[in-house]
Amino acid sequence: MKYMLLIHVSEAEMAALSETAATEQMAAYGAYTQAMIQAGVMITGDRLRPASTATTVRVAGGKSQVLDGPYAETKEQLGGFYIVDVPDLDAALSWAERCPGASHGAIEVRPVWAM
Amino acid sequence: MTDPASIAEEVARSSYGKLLAFLAARTRDVAGAEDALSEAFATALATWPNQGVPSNPRAWLLTVARRKRLDTIRRAYTSRQAEPHLALLAEELTMEPAADLPDERLALMFVCAHPAIDPSARAPLMLQTVLGFDAAAIASAFLTAPATMGQRLVRAKARIKLAGIPFRVPDRAEVPERLEFVLDAIYAAFTAGWTDPAGTEPRRRNLSDEAIWLGRLIVSLLPEDPEALGLLALMLYADARRAARRTQDGEYIPLDKQDIAAWDTDLIEQAEALLLQASSCGAVGRFQLEAAIQSAHVVRRRTGHPDWQAIVGLYDALWAITGSPVVAINRAVALAEVAGAAAGLAALEGLSGDARLAEYQPYWAARAGLLVRTGALTEASAAYERAIGLETDPAVRRLLWQRSSQIRQGPLPC
Repeated sequence: MKYMLLIHVSEAEMAALSETAATEQMAAYGAYTQAMIQAGVMITGDRLRPASTATTVRVAGGKSQVLDGPYAETKEQLGGFYIVDVPDLDAALSWAERCPGASHGAIEVRPVWAM
Repeated sequence: MTDPASIAEEVARSSYGKLLAFLAARTRDVAGAEDALSEAFATALATWPNQGVPSNPRAWLLTVARRKRLDTIRRAYTSRQAEPHLALLAEELTMEPAADLPDERLALMFVCAHPAIDPSARAPLMLQTVLGFDAAAIASAFLTAPATMGQRLVRAKARIKLAGIPFRVPDRAEVPERLEFVLDAIYAAFTAGWTDPAGTEPRRRNLSDEAIWLGRLIVSLLPEDPEALGLLALMLYADARRAARRTQDGEYIPLDKQDIAAWDTDLIEQAEALLLQASSCGAVGRFQLEAAIQSAHVVRRRTGHPDWQAIVGLYDALWAITGSPVVAINRAVALAEVAGAAAGLAALEGLSGDARLAEYQPYWAARAGLLVRTGALTEASAAYERAIGLETDPAVRRLLWQRSSQIRQGPLPC
């Protein structure tokens, strides 16, 4: 089954990290991504630029509305994602637990609904 | 027993969970497996009376249920969508169960109590899938509106399928953590049956028996797990005293006033043996400790009084694990037996900061009882008043009234 791991972390906290801590963080993500690739479960994944760079579009009554900013203002923001292909939810959860973001934010695990 | 209807019922009782677990394990489609199985039972009731009961009724039901499910999948999906399902079913067919159906009920129980399932749905889901209870019976046992319970169950089953919750027994390392959820769900079913102490609702009373059955099943599948053994022992100790908890008129009898002769010796012996077995497993947990407390109470059979010293120690250990104020209250009451009412009262005072206790009947009843013994009768009376106002069971309320009115009539023998 394919699952998306959505990484929600506080951008403010991330921005406040010391240079050493930020480097460590990057290295941890690098190692995590490598481990996923080597296990043959990773389909894709990336970081996202901060929510302040987001633009939200909605079409109402045939008119499109474009808003600067993310869809929802929350304490933690969607900061990145992975899509993995694993046998079941338990396997997806155990990859989510290993994600560096899990220890300072939260990882939402969603099954992909194939079209 | 040759009557087709009672044979079908017997197979349903003894094999429902096994058949369902086997049918749902690969596709994770619990609702689909339930539908197929119930159609198979309906077909059995329609055909067995004329054609005779097959020599292996369970295998017959399984074959029919599989055929029904295949029909449903073919009808419901386009050929491309159906492919993965059919592939899974083909895989299942290669595991021809013949006489010995692999027992996947343990995996099914872990699915029902998976952390990704709403905690309030876990026990109901287990009762429905492992035991074949219908949603209405489960709703009445958990004092929930049938529509609400039905929805909760449907949602949980959709989650199992769509979120991909696997039918598997967790690895050894994960077992303790995950088993806790399973045991909690079984105990929730047991207590849901137990909260009807008067036994006025046969459906709920029956739930306690079913929970014990699940407990026995878990123990037979995991015979070396100390907490599974502890839970079963705990339920058996409680069950052993069922007949002693009420007078013939339905009046509530507290544990210390119960007639030992009314306890079920056989069940107590079973519980003691399980507890002994658990203690040799080398790990202590909540259910084991609670069962050990029960054991220290039934020591009264031999010595004439509970082993209060042991009980205080066991509550200390339980408090260290759970931090529950309920445990602390029971500990204070036990302490009063060892070190006097004033000591028990002091221990209770230590809890008074916990806001949850303001609405907790046993806290006020315990406080009242200890206040009487220290001679603080006015305060005791007020505490009884609080307890009475918080109690839901009329029989317990009557007992509290009785005790409270004794204060006014004069000093009590301690």
